Amino acid sequence: MTKATLPVKPETLERLSPGPASAFGLAWDYSPAPEAVDHVRIKPRYELFIGGQFVAPQSGRYFETINPATEDVLSEVAEGDDADVDRAVREARKAYEKIWRKVTPSERAKYIFRIARLIQEKSRALAVVETMNGGKPIKESRDIDVPLAAAHFFYYAGWADKLEYAFPNRNVASLGVAGQIIPWNFPLLMAAWKIAPALACGNTVVLKPAETTPLTSLMLAEIIQEAELPPGVVNIVPGGPATGMALVNHPDVNKIAFTGSTEVGKKIRASAGSKKLTLELGGKAPNIVFEDAPIDQAVEGIVNGIYFNQGHVCCAGSRLFVQESILEPVVRKLRERIGTLRLGDPLDKNTDIGAINSRAQLDKITEMVASGSEEGAAIFQSSCSLPDKGFWFRPTFFTGVAQSNRIAQEEIFGPVLSVLTFRTPEEAIERANNTPFGLSAGVWTEKGSRILKVASKLRAGVVWANTYNKFDPSSPFGGYKESGFGREGGLHGLRAYLELT
Amino acid sequence: MSETAVISYSRDSLPFRRSLSDAYSLTRPVDAVAVEERAASLAKRSLKKDAKVSGLKLAMSMIDLTTLEGKDTRGKVFALCQKAMRPDPSDRTVPHVAAVCVFPAMIPFVKEALGSSEVKIASVATGFPSGQTYSEIKIEETRRAVAAGAHEIDMVIDRGAFLSGDDQKVFDEIAAVKEACGPAHLKVILETGELGSYDQIRRASMIAMYAGGDFIKTSTGKIGVGATLPTTLVMLEAIRDFHHATGKEIGMKPAGGVANSKLALAYLVILYETLGATWMTPDLFRFGASSLANDILMQLRKEQSGAYQSGDYFTLD
Amino acid sequence: MSRLNVRKTYKLYINGEFPRTESGRFYPVRAVKGDEVLANACRGSRKDVRNAIAAARKAFPVWSGKTAYNRGQILYRIAEVCESRKSELEGELRSLGARKSVAREEVEQTIDRWVYYAGWCDKYPQVFGSVNPVAGPYYNFTVPEPTGVVGTIAPELPSLLGLVSRIAPSLVGGNTVVAITSEAAPLAAITLGEILATSDVPPGVINLISGFKKELVPWLTSHMDVNAIDLTGVAEADVEKMKILATGNMKRIVRFDAEKVSWNDTRLAQSPYAIYDFLEMKTVWHPMGM
Repeated sequence: MTKATLPVKPETLERLSPGPASAFGLAWDYSPAPEAVDHVRIKPRYELFIGGQFVAPQSGRYFETINPATEDVLSEVAEGDDADVDRAVREARKAYEKIWRKVTPSERAKYIFRIARLIQEKSRALAVVETMNGGKPIKESRDIDVPLAAAHFFYYAGWADKLEYAFPNRNVASLGVAGQIIPWNFPLLMAAWKIAPALACGNTVVLKPAETTPLTSLMLAEIIQEAELPPGVVNIVPGGPATGMALVNHPDVNKIAFTGSTEVGKKIRASAGSKKLTLELGGKAPNIVFEDAPIDQAVEGIVNGIYFNQGHVCCAGSRLFVQESILEPVVRKLRERIGTLRLGDPLDKNTDIGAINSRAQLDKITEMVASGSEEGAAIFQSSCSLPDKGFWFRPTFFTGVAQSNRIAQEEIFGPVLSVLTFRTPEEAIERANNTPFGLSAGVWTEKGSRILKVASKLRAGVVWANTYNKFDPSSPFGGYKESGFGREGGLHGLRAYLELT
Repeated sequence: MSETAVISYSRDSLPFRRSLSDAYSLTRPVDAVAVEERAASLAKRSLKKDAKVSGLKLAMSMIDLTTLEGKDTRGKVFALCQKAMRPDPSDRTVPHVAAVCVFPAMIPFVKEALGSSEVKIASVATGFPSGQTYSEIKIEETRRAVAAGAHEIDMVIDRGAFLSGDDQKVFDEIAAVKEACGPAHLKVILETGELGSYDQIRRASMIAMYAGGDFIKTSTGKIGVGATLPTTLVMLEAIRDFHHATGKEIGMKPAGGVANSKLALAYLVILYETLGATWMTPDLFRFGASSLANDILMQLRKEQSGAYQSGDYFTLD
Repeated sequence: MSRLNVRKTYKLYINGEFPRTESGRFYPVRAVKGDEVLANACRGSRKDVRNAIAAARKAFPVWSGKTAYNRGQILYRIAEVCESRKSELEGELRSLGARKSVAREEVEQTIDRWVYYAGWCDKYPQVFGSVNPVAGPYYNFTVPEPTGVVGTIAPELPSLLGLVSRIAPSLVGGNTVVAITSEAAPLAAITLGEILATSDVPPGVINLISGFKKELVPWLTSHMDVNAIDLTGVAEADVEKMKILATGNMKRIVRFDAEKVSWNDTRLAQSPYAIYDFLEMKTVWHPMGM
């Protein structure tokens, strides 16, 4: 029999700790399948977006923004200082008082619908830039970030003229100027989560994108211009922590919405004064797998839970709790599975694991992983080769992790999973809740009544049962305890941007 | 937690036990939505250039070129066999298909047409496609097909027995047919479109493997629903767990509905990312298909020439 | 010779019991007019606060685990017992200087407020919960859950209605409460503890501490095992300081602004939105497949 031969490369999973090598180690070398970038033009320089115009910063400062997969400079971006933030807030105030609060709700809706449509029209370019600037795989920016961002604008557009149905026996009123600070893990999507409900509720916005990922926010500014949103209704001021704090401290801002670390969230809360506040902060989510779970799908859920977006996800399922009776097959399957994850060029359509967002983040992950080994946990790591340039970290998991280990307590925000075990449902719940965080949780079991009971006992704002890391504009998202307060998404997300009287 | 207890690859020390309870020990629930999402996500892999060409040629080598019609004749079968041996007479780098698959009565014609070719003769048997006949007849049909020259037997399971809970009957019948096969390889058709759920498909897969099947196969091609990517994924995962438990390598054959190259490549991706390179061979993976071969030829020609192709330039056999 | 009155010792209410403050200290509660000492109230200490929080934490699964119907029954029972001890509560308010009609109105409003909130227990989840139409094969719903242990600083006045208006919505939502009573006028609030103890309220669900706010509030506000803090009884000028103390564990901060809304306002001083302030929204996803 003539057999066609495949180009193969030797095994991709190496053994870093006790246990055998993967049984299925040979690779079919998918040829490179890069997303076309020739249709995307990144400007050499981006200014601040204030009052409907791109304007030079009063700070006079620009910072370089890079592609973390290549370390190439993509563009230089204006950095807003106190004066720039003040200018943006003044424009937002003016637009609020003179224009936006007078625009009828149904017209407001139409502007937001326009933005949604324009995001769809420019979806591929946005996906490419998101991937180039942030390091995430193109398949994620293309299939998740950008479509969800458009969907978010669509969802909230429709609320703009229906707000009185959301809060019985109350009058609704906009707040005024909303200051919004977003993280680098889902740059465009987080901008959508923030801007869409704010506008729908009649507020104007000053948004500060994250320092390492300003580009898609600035492309969104271009879209906002093209949508002919009145000048000043949305203003975008890139910069670092100082820019964010200028916004938080500004006396004429009525509301602060922040997504980021718990540490920064606490600082913001301490400085925000009487401003209305919503915070989406860190997490250390438990993902609980019971012995009757659909194991192969649970393993997919575990992988999606921790390796999606290189683990740069506040709701990542970073603490895996496996019932002891199925530890062996779960760990075995997880080993085999991470050997098949394709790490590399984020623009390649077959890439599963992209680049770490920044050198600083890579250092943090590296340090945390070292602490895991030091504290005695066994490490399993894909041995995939890493590109020469850029910031990379292999998909990693630890077994033999104790509840007290740092890797089981602190948010790593990288592709690193801690595997712990439990014997009874009570023990699983107790250990899952044994954390200051409470953003999300996962539970895997075929038993319906157990799902409902465990879901109700887990102190977390989002519970994924027999699935993980699913998002939808109609689905409220947000944390318990130190993972923040307030909800984004759904009817509940409106509350953050309205005063009820 | 003891690390040595975590991983134990002691599969060689495990005896291969044949019983229904063994099959049940690996029966697990399957989450339908998650398995469909996983299959859809794998189907989005983008295969270009060398990866695509080598994948297409491999797919060609895995085809069980099939005709299973009441109107099959010596002439039809003869033409099909020519295609099987030399799918593209102008390009000898295109491999021959794995087997020609026919009804038992057609075996002598296939044998004659294939001559000394390495293309295998596969025959359906056991009251194909419904399986609703006497066990004795199923066994006898198998025996005769093998005697007539079939290298491979594609049997159907008794879905009536399976759906009414008589797994033992299903198990025993497969074991008996396997015995009747002698040296011939046995492919067990589950007719997944009639089983109702992925959980059932997984259970049927385990029964088929523990009862002695060399391959498990999705469909007869005679009902509306043929192979699907998620169904195949569920069966591949069953094969993986069976392999872990017994050390045995069982083959997989999606059949019915695998009509074009893009889909065939998606199946190969699912195969590769579930079972790895070891399974990327016609010994362990087949496509049951009639029109796939021509589409692969058109795609290969397109990769060569750069121009999209017309059916007018590829023979219908 | 006239009979000598038996005076009541006003004690704390912690974990269903009536301990004296562990500090052994007291402070005199005086009538507004004249200088008559009405009672010696416990000058609660930070350790009393700590003990109360521990009791509230222990009671949280008990109270939040009760059916909504059952919680409603218990809150209604509180109203019934309040009604039967109406004159006592009125007397305590009057002794501090309230006119008869004012005292009566406050007690009646208090009872009605319990009744109002009792009725919400099995309804607010329907008002605030939702089934969310996500774009995919998933069943997705959002349900309200209690925040946990709530610290409540009651306003100085109205000492009874203010306290009840703030703790009732927390209790409706399944939270347990540690409340610091009116400093100047704690008597009716402390009597409320006796009412709660005889109203089927499980021990630890409500804990009442009298004393000096400046000694107690910072400990309650900074305690890492309190999930939400109601600063209604904290002066506006001190709110910012308390907010920083509350940030250590990201407590939810709630404050009813009595400067703007009358305690008698039956639309704004009592509403399901007051319950919402002490709730967490939990969203659950599950696939829908065969």
